Amino acid sequence: MGEWMTVTDPDLSSDSKNICQYTSETKMSPSSLYSQQVLCSSIPLSKNVHSFFSAFCTEENIEQSVSYLDQELTTFGFPSLYEESKGKDTKRELNIVAVLNCMNELLVLQRKNLLAQENVETQNLKLGSDMDHLQNCYAKLKEQLETSRREMIGLQERDRQLQCKNRNLHQLLKNEKDEVQKLQNIIASRATQYNHDMKRKEREYNKLKERLHQLVMNKKDKKIAMEVLNYVGRADGKRGSWRTGKTEASFFLRNEDEMYKILLNDYEYRQKQILMENAELKKVLQQMKKEMISLLSPQKQKPRERADDSTGTVISDAEEDAGELSRESMWDLSCETVREQLTNSIRKQWRILKSHVEKLDNQVSKVHLEGFNDEDVISRQDHEQETEKLELEIQQCKEMIKTQQQLLQQQLATACDDDTTSLLRDCYLLEEKERLKEEWSLFREQKKNFEKERRSFTEAAIRLGLERKAFEEERASWLKQQFLNMTTFDHQNSENVKLFSAFSGSSDRDSLTMHSRPRQKKPQNMSNGSPVCTSKLTKSLPASPSTSDFCQTRSCASEHSSVNVLNITPEETKPNQVGRECANQKWSMASRPESQEGCYSGCSLTYTNSHVEKDDLP
Amino acid sequence: MNFSEVFKLSGLLCKFSPDGKYLASCVQYRLVVRDVHTLQILHLYTCLDQIQHIEWSADSLFILCAMYKRGQVQVWSLEQPEWHCRIDEGSAGLVASCWSPDGRHILNTTEFHLRITVWSLCTKSVSYIKYPKACQQGVSFTRDGRYMALAERRDCQDHVSVFVCSDWQLLRHFDTETQDLAGIEWAPNGCVLAVWDTCLEYKVLLYSLDGRLLSAYCAYEWSLGVKSVAWSPSSQFLAIGSYDGKVRILNHVTWKMITEFGHPATINNPKIVVYKEAEKTPRLAPGRLAFPPPRAAAGVASPAETKYEIASVPVSLQTLKPVADRANPKIGIGALAFSPDSYFLATRSDSVPNAVWIWDIQKLRLFVVLEQLSPVRSFQWDPQQPRLAICTGGGKVYLWSPAGCVSVQVPGEGDFQVLSLCWHLNGDSLALLSKDHFCLCFLETEDRVGTAFGRPGDHT
Repeated sequence: MGEWMTVTDPDLSSDSKNICQYTSETKMSPSSLYSQQVLCSSIPLSKNVHSFFSAFCTEENIEQSVSYLDQELTTFGFPSLYEESKGKDTKRELNIVAVLNCMNELLVLQRKNLLAQENVETQNLKLGSDMDHLQNCYAKLKEQLETSRREMIGLQERDRQLQCKNRNLHQLLKNEKDEVQKLQNIIASRATQYNHDMKRKEREYNKLKERLHQLVMNKKDKKIAMEVLNYVGRADGKRGSWRTGKTEASFFLRNEDEMYKILLNDYEYRQKQILMENAELKKVLQQMKKEMISLLSPQKQKPRERADDSTGTVISDAEEDAGELSRESMWDLSCETVREQLTNSIRKQWRILKSHVEKLDNQVSKVHLEGFNDEDVISRQDHEQETEKLELEIQQCKEMIKTQQQLLQQQLATACDDDTTSLLRDCYLLEEKERLKEEWSLFREQKKNFEKERRSFTEAAIRLGLERKAFEEERASWLKQQFLNMTTFDHQNSENVKLFSAFSGSSDRDSLTMHSRPRQKKPQNMSNGSPVCTSKLTKSLPASPSTSDFCQTRSCASEHSSVNVLNITPEETKPNQVGRECANQKWSMASRPESQEGCYSGCSLTYTNSHVEKDDLP
Repeated sequence: MNFSEVFKLSGLLCKFSPDGKYLASCVQYRLVVRDVHTLQILHLYTCLDQIQHIEWSADSLFILCAMYKRGQVQVWSLEQPEWHCRIDEGSAGLVASCWSPDGRHILNTTEFHLRITVWSLCTKSVSYIKYPKACQQGVSFTRDGRYMALAERRDCQDHVSVFVCSDWQLLRHFDTETQDLAGIEWAPNGCVLAVWDTCLEYKVLLYSLDGRLLSAYCAYEWSLGVKSVAWSPSSQFLAIGSYDGKVRILNHVTWKMITEFGHPATINNPKIVVYKEAEKTPRLAPGRLAFPPPRAAAGVASPAETKYEIASVPVSLQTLKPVADRANPKIGIGALAFSPDSYFLATRSDSVPNAVWIWDIQKLRLFVVLEQLSPVRSFQWDPQQPRLAICTGGGKVYLWSPAGCVSVQVPGEGDFQVLSLCWHLNGDSLALLSKDHFCLCFLETEDRVGTAFGRPGDHT
């Protein structure tokens, strides 16, 4: 409906109402499409209508048809086709303008209606498809419902079965329990019966034994006898004493006495042991207490200063400490009097210690947390750098050790030639030796190269010095000139000031080395850091004649590929340090015959490239 | 380690005298007494029949030889070889005979445990003790020889009688709360008597010398109970081995359990050293072949030598499935023994028959497990030091000390199967007994022990 409203013009509201009625009708009627078409087709000019019109108006009935149309149109709210008559009698004339207007309006209406119809059709289609979709959905849901219902039924069935089973099992359990009970009863009865039987049997057995005993004894068995050559003396040397009634009692008493003596001895021994153990434990306890006190005493000052909660205990402890020495003799007294005090004090100390430890723990955890919060990222980076550095160092050291071992072995091999084992070792080391020799020759070559380089470097340095002097002179003159022309070239001046600052002596150089330091820490990042470095370098050495030498050294380094990365630092450019650097390089080469070639050569290559690129900048 | 030559023996009857000077052994009806050091025959006594039991008197002056079949006991004197004594139990029969600790009385148990006859060698007196109980260990003397405890059965009730050995007077007589008493044993200090019930019920009772019940201990109910009991030499601990495969140790102060040693078939703790006996594969390394092949190698039937290997944990020991439907199932702790210094306890679980477990009593934990190739028959501690000798019925004797362990092949022609062993008093020799023979094994003296037991895993 809303769509309809948008489609219709506001001045055609009456028509739209009608159409609304139609649509409402169409919505109500089951055969909507067809009737709508029919209704709509009454307005537009279809072929049928045309033919109908042609039949409708002929030459003869123009008047009637016009009047008819007029009537019709007026009923539809159009203005009359006739001119408004002045008088009643005058025949109304057909107003062509009105006719045309009407026709135009009708046509417009027709177009609008067509549009509306189209819209309705599309809407209809949409609704149809929606309907289909919904029907599908409905069918699906119905299916689902069906399946779930079936499932539910199945589950219910299973549940019922399980309940049934459960009931059965319960029944079985009950039966089993009953049976167990029965069996237990049987067992109990059997046991009693068995015991009874056993007792009876035993009694019988005893009787039989008794009888047998009597028989054996009464037989006056001559066989039961002892043949002894002569009686031997007692082991303790005493003579056997005859038992009489009187002596027996005394014997018994003596035996009792002895027994109790033995028992008493045993108990005394045990008591002594326990006393000793107790004493030891007391000692340990005392020592522990003392140590606790001594451990806690420096601690006590702090809580007294800052916290007021523990002052009471602290003071009491201090008092106890004072009384400690005088009471020490009391430890030797019986435990009961001292025990309570001792345990109490120990407990107290222990509590203090515990709280202290807890506090420390808290502090530690806090510090940890803070540490994590503050410098987590930085520290990690540092760590990584450090580990990398250390790894590198380890590798270097390892390689050095290896070479040293090899050298040692060589020495040993040469030292004890006479020994067969050394001979064997020699054989074993022959290959290695050869390799070493090769390496030696290589080293020598390198050394030569380096010396050459060094010479060139020193030369370069000298040249550099000279050039610097010249340059400074030039600069002075140039500055003078500029000073004179200052008013005319302003921005040029500013650049020159920058340059001045870049060249200004040793302080700046220091800053340079400062820059280079952090990069030493992370040699892997060399390639990243190098452009900056080199740009600075080139700035500091604008028209350096030693650049070619520089390149040479770089290429040399890449060739031999055993140069320590750490040595490729901007410090090298300082002429007075060149010699030392060379020495360093040599050392590193000797120590590490084979190292990570690719990385270093790569590094040095980027270095040289950047250098070359920036070379012509100033 | 040296071995003596092999002597004849019958019935595994070979004993060192308590003073350590003599060695008595039996061959059929002859009793041979040798000097321990020279092994020369000092005396040769001939009995009336095949000897079934021998025992030295405590002062090493007399030896009794029991001939149970005849119901007779013959006593021989070392000092006077011509002296003799024969005791005939007549129609009453004889099932056990032993010395009293003073060495002047002989206690004979008659058949059906009708009575115990106490024969004195000093006087002609004979005394009888009635109602002795027929059980696993019914008589126990205190170590000082003063008292004898005897298990009795009267009116379907177990009793214990304590006698004074010097004059055989009854000192105490009390009934015990046992169903069917199985054994009694004095603590080494002679003040506490441990009494245990039959295997059907776990019950250990501790009585003071004066008959007071000190404590009763029961670990569990409704299952087979105590199988073996041992006092520590210090009287401090009582170890109780039971059918559940555990040893429980009671203390002497509260008589409560200190700890429980289980005997699991797998050992996971890496702290525990497991020595595994392994057959030595004969290595024919070049240069190691001795030109005259050793005698052992020449013998055709000589068994392979073995050595100990330290097994890496976890180790699973060989277990025996007990036969459920037979009496005396092979489960539980069948044997346990404390070392003389009470530092170690050696046990054998019958369901793991090949293993000997050695426990550290100071730390109360398992220390070492020795796994043999064949079931352990018996083990005995050196009386002087913590050193354990083990035999498995094979041709080897095994020694363990905290420093390590060794497996020693007994040399000699043919197969010498060590069925039993016993230590000499001073611990420097060991008698190895087989079915028909015995030999002495002399261990190195103190200064050379260090090399013999140099390091663990040093295998001979």
